[in-house]
Amino acid sequence: MGMEGIGARVARKEDKRFITGKGRYTDDMVAPGMKHAHFVRSPHAHARIRGIDSAAAEKMPGVIAVLAGDELAADAIGSLICGWMIHSKDGSPMNMGDWRPLAQTKVRYVGDAVAIVVADTKAQARDAAEAVEVDYDVLPAVTGSIDALKDGAPQIHDNAPGNLIYDWEIGDGAATDAAIASAAHVTEMKIINNRLVPNPMEPRAALGVYDEGEDHYTLWTTSQNPHVARLVMSAFYNVAPENKLRVIAPDVGGGFGSKIYIYPEEIVCLWASKKTGVPVKWNCDRTEAFLTDAHGRDHVSTVKMAFDASNRIIGLKVDTIANLGAYMSLFSSAVPTYLYATLLSGQYAIPAIHANVRTVYTNTVPVDAYRGAGRPEATYLLERVMETAARELGVSPAELRKTNFIREFPHQTPVIMCYDAGDYEASLNAAMAVSDYAGFAARKAEAQSRGKRRGIGMSCYIEACGIAPSAAVGSLGAGVGLWESAEVRVNAVGTIEVLTGSHSHGQGHETTFAQLVAERFGVGIDTVSIVHGDTDKVQMGMGTYGSRSGAVGMSAVVKALDKVEAKARKIAAHLMEADESDIVIENGELKVAGTDKSVPWFQMALAAYTAHNLPAGMEPGLKEGAFFDPANFTFPAGCYICEVEVDPETGKTEIIQFVASDDFGKIINPMIVEGQVHGGVAQGIGQAMLEAAHYDPETGQLLTASYMDYTMPRADDLPSFQVSTTETACPSNPLGIKGCGEAGAIGSPPALINAITDAIGNNDLTMPATAERVWAALRSAR
Amino acid sequence: MVSVSMTVNGRTVSGQCEDRTLLVQFIRENLGLTGTHVGCDTSQCGACVVHVDGKAVKSCTMLAAQADGSEVLTIEGLASGGELHPVQAAFRANHGLQCGFCTPGMIMSAVDMINRHGGKLDEKTVRAELEGNICRCTGYHNIVKAILDAASTMGDGTRVAAQ
Ligand code: FES
Ligand code: FES
Repeated sequence: MGMEGIGARVARKEDKRFITGKGRYTDDMVAPGMKHAHFVRSPHAHARIRGIDSAAAEKMPGVIAVLAGDELAADAIGSLICGWMIHSKDGSPMNMGDWRPLAQTKVRYVGDAVAIVVADTKAQARDAAEAVEVDYDVLPAVTGSIDALKDGAPQIHDNAPGNLIYDWEIGDGAATDAAIASAAHVTEMKIINNRLVPNPMEPRAALGVYDEGEDHYTLWTTSQNPHVARLVMSAFYNVAPENKLRVIAPDVGGGFGSKIYIYPEEIVCLWASKKTGVPVKWNCDRTEAFLTDAHGRDHVSTVKMAFDASNRIIGLKVDTIANLGAYMSLFSSAVPTYLYATLLSGQYAIPAIHANVRTVYTNTVPVDAYRGAGRPEATYLLERVMETAARELGVSPAELRKTNFIREFPHQTPVIMCYDAGDYEASLNAAMAVSDYAGFAARKAEAQSRGKRRGIGMSCYIEACGIAPSAAVGSLGAGVGLWESAEVRVNAVGTIEVLTGSHSHGQGHETTFAQLVAERFGVGIDTVSIVHGDTDKVQMGMGTYGSRSGAVGMSAVVKALDKVEAKARKIAAHLMEADESDIVIENGELKVAGTDKSVPWFQMALAAYTAHNLPAGMEPGLKEGAFFDPANFTFPAGCYICEVEVDPETGKTEIIQFVASDDFGKIINPMIVEGQVHGGVAQGIGQAMLEAAHYDPETGQLLTASYMDYTMPRADDLPSFQVSTTETACPSNPLGIKGCGEAGAIGSPPALINAITDAIGNNDLTMPATAERVWAALRSAR
Repeated sequence: MVSVSMTVNGRTVSGQCEDRTLLVQFIRENLGLTGTHVGCDTSQCGACVVHVDGKAVKSCTMLAAQADGSEVLTIEGLASGGELHPVQAAFRANHGLQCGFCTPGMIMSAVDMINRHGGKLDEKTVRAELEGNICRCTGYHNIVKAILDAASTMGDGTRVAAQ
């Protein structure tokens, strides 16, 4: 590796603008003549709309327009869709309820948008929204998934009887039941995965600009995938054809999944800009974000894990109910199915698995992918059961895992996935060494002498990332292909632009993607610019989520670089009258091996554009594009160990150490990878100890709708983390990358809960393990 | 409407705004200094931290009118003469930022923290003092590192006042 090539700990190029206040986020954008929007939202969880009276609001100062759902429908703007078809086990398609961008007849959650007010200032739009009178006929509401399935529960969508969206299964039920019946030991648990609010620090925003002269729309938006947004708005929502719609996602302040989806507000701002003739900007406030950003998790499961007499797992049976909220968000259907149940084999050789998943509508905001998406739910379930089983069987948690690790690759699990490479014991051993697992007993005794309870817990996770092979996801119901595109443009003076369909909202692509070019051509990363996030610049892309930018996005760049390199070699060989196969590229020069002949990179590039002296028949210029469609998912895996100390007087848990040992395959920039793990672990600790979205079951009001009520992890809740990596290369992409974006959030919750339950001697503990819950669990254990 | 006038990053500025205009809105919308961010509505996140008369203040918690006559320093005014402030440099060197949205507030809080504690900061103090700044990306690990690094570079007695 060079100083800035693959594997180098390079400081980020993009940092300069962020640390000097020059970042450009959607809400920083100003269009000439721009006006401000505020949405009128339902204060009720479930109600019929009898009428909307906006006469008073329209007369308020500064108000330009108040627009409601009927007008939107009259302009044939389409309903929001879920882009992944799941069939129930009886063969019937999922029951997708109608989701209008502005509700017309019924509202289904607190925050459901009913109308948009456009005014000169934000404050005027907000004031006028207060004056819009919506006549509601309030209906009974249901917020919990179990309650929604009960007889007599309020019916949320007419086409989803009993609020059931689908009843799906995977695996071999009969074989699994037989394994359980013959088992020497069965561990049974009920596992709740708490509902979370993603909370990227930048609230969502949209600026819609309609250009009447060109009949053209531009949308600035807080999106992880602007091309997908354009595709969906064009193909399904009928906003404008693709060639008349430009979507720009500039600097985006975090996403964690919540900015994948196309929300009503973007569609409505674009439409309202045409309706009013002015650019329309909407910026979400934080409580609005709590009410309307897609939430994550919210699973209730029961699980049985069966062991033979030598402690080998012989069967796993899971039943899960997942709450999808009031409407089906863009990828919501895939999260509790193909992103969850396909990972239920974990790191273990399990001959028989069966999972049944029911998803339900409730009067809550839609639930979709949040960092990890399905894989944290699978990992939490499995790793709590493994730790519990070890306690029941009287063996060490590490031994039980080692007994069951998959050791030969490729490994076909009974639930679709074929793991390609890994060394699970290497991660486990590394984490145990760093955490001084062997010395725990002494530390526990020392804590005991101070009246404190120490506990240690582990978690061995696996995830499927780099999503994903297009044909495979297509056969499973996905409405899109999950390849990525790239274009490498070498300018006439030798500087390079890399255009990518991946989108950076904190991941540091401007640095890591440039490192690929530095590695290949030996040029400085300062001569390389990464272009992303604008549908007018980058032709097409599938965006960033599922830890796919490295494994898929970078692989497309590598393919394009291959083509550029091939042409550059030909030009250099021609210029130096050498054989193409003798050309080596290093330190920004093309050399003839074994001679002192060389051409600087820029001179080769100039030759490509002057075209005065190119090989016969060669086209001028140096610009190549590529699409990369992966052959398989990638399978990052690792082991996390957490040690805690609980104060029995208060139930307060202090994290003494948190150790992460991950196998992400090849790493481009270790500094950035470590940062991803830190952030992921913090979110996982947040889920395990602090965070939960609570709806009032009677009224359907979100009780945790601000930072006063929803506990975000703060600096003093967390320790510094000890992170390290092991490496087995991923065989399904040219760089050997597995991806690192979600691992921290996937692996950490069970490690922490296993540690707390170990400390308090009571396994009956539900996330988030707040001081109150830990204290109560401690008391009932006595 | 009120007229307000103040010194922002060393320049005298004035403008008209509604009485209810928050300082952060005045900075972002009237002055076009969009480096100061808004991340919440309850004064919890710290994305909006600026210095008013040398003290770190959440600019969403103060009316523009209350800052009339004050000296305000925002993230845009922190670097001087093209040279990054040591805290800015430390955030970059230690990868103390990912999406960058919390970063201006974090840096302004960190400068204030180092001004008050000098080189005597330790991890526990930094974590306790960051209670008013939320970051969703970094898990704080590298932010804490960056602040400790900057504190040791700046040492005792290094004060950076509003220009
Ligand atoms: S915007 Fe000021 S504290 Fe959140
Ligand atoms: S860097 Fe994204 S919120 Fe802190």
